[in-house]
Amino acid sequence: MSMPDRRTSEIRAGVSDSWAVGLGLIPLGLAFGVVLTQGGFDWWWAPIFSTVIYAGSMEFLAIGLIAAVTPFLSVAAATLLVNFRHVFYGLSFPLNRVRGRFARLYSVYALTDESYAIVAPKARETLSSTRILTVQVVCQLVWVASGTVGALVGAVLPEGLTGLEFALTALFTVLAIDAFRANRDLPAPVIALVCGLVALLVAKDEMLVVGLGLFVLCLFVRFVYRDKVARA
Amino acid sequence: MPESVPGAGYVLGALAVMFVVTVALRAAPFVALAALKNSAFVAFLGRTMPAGVMVILVLYTLRDVGQTTWLPAAVGLAGTIAVHLWRRNAALSTVAGTGLYLVASALWT
Repeated sequence: MSMPDRRTSEIRAGVSDSWAVGLGLIPLGLAFGVVLTQGGFDWWWAPIFSTVIYAGSMEFLAIGLIAAVTPFLSVAAATLLVNFRHVFYGLSFPLNRVRGRFARLYSVYALTDESYAIVAPKARETLSSTRILTVQVVCQLVWVASGTVGALVGAVLPEGLTGLEFALTALFTVLAIDAFRANRDLPAPVIALVCGLVALLVAKDEMLVVGLGLFVLCLFVRFVYRDKVARA
Repeated sequence: MPESVPGAGYVLGALAVMFVVTVALRAAPFVALAALKNSAFVAFLGRTMPAGVMVILVLYTLRDVGQTTWLPAAVGLAGTIAVHLWRRNAALSTVAGTGLYLVASALWT
């Protein structure tokens, strides 16, 4: 095959890798756009949120954090704790297959839950630079476009037609079940549940940072304790 | 913008903070791959953190549920869990759970 043909077939492969996940992103993107405009933002904030933050769950949370005029330090802490999982994606993402400095920077920036879930399980030798980038570009286009459409729809929806924000609760529930299935560690979600409830009781307005901070602290204590038991 | 927000500058500042932290987290393992790979604590966090963080986020999104909305929320949550245990399809479970919540809210009020 000549070079352009090969590139076309790699782009095709990337699109076919990502279309199923892309379809799944559409309802969530639409919900984000609607929730954003019903939170009082103009529709054109949707592509800005989706491009600058580009982390679905954080974008939903950002609506509430910004509306509450949360201090930047708390915003940073919340982002750190909510998106900390991304650190683990990089450990097994085939970035060394991506060619070119700019392409690599884009690939790191666009390393979302979805693009990781599509790319990471595939055999390294089948992944070309073009194919990986196609997956990431398709995911981002679908996400930004559906968020913008949702915002335009939300802007003309009558006041009081709310409830789509429950999509976020449902998404987190699904991700919790999937994460539990991957590791089968029961104490962690139970500890998290207790930390979350305590945070709701003592600091409802700063629940996210307090709850997540408490949770990581408990995990640290548990880690040190386990280490001590193992060494004794 | 919501009336509480002082201006576009604040929104852009908050977005920039989230951008920097998110990209830094995504880039961290590539910058310090070897060190992170050998850290037992990071490996431990990798196994235990994701499920727990999601549980706290579920609680966070339900923080304003009160006397009038707890039943639709319970129905939506139960529906999401049931559909996900049954079909294991994230998109389907999210849409089904949200749909059930909307229907339950309409019937309850």
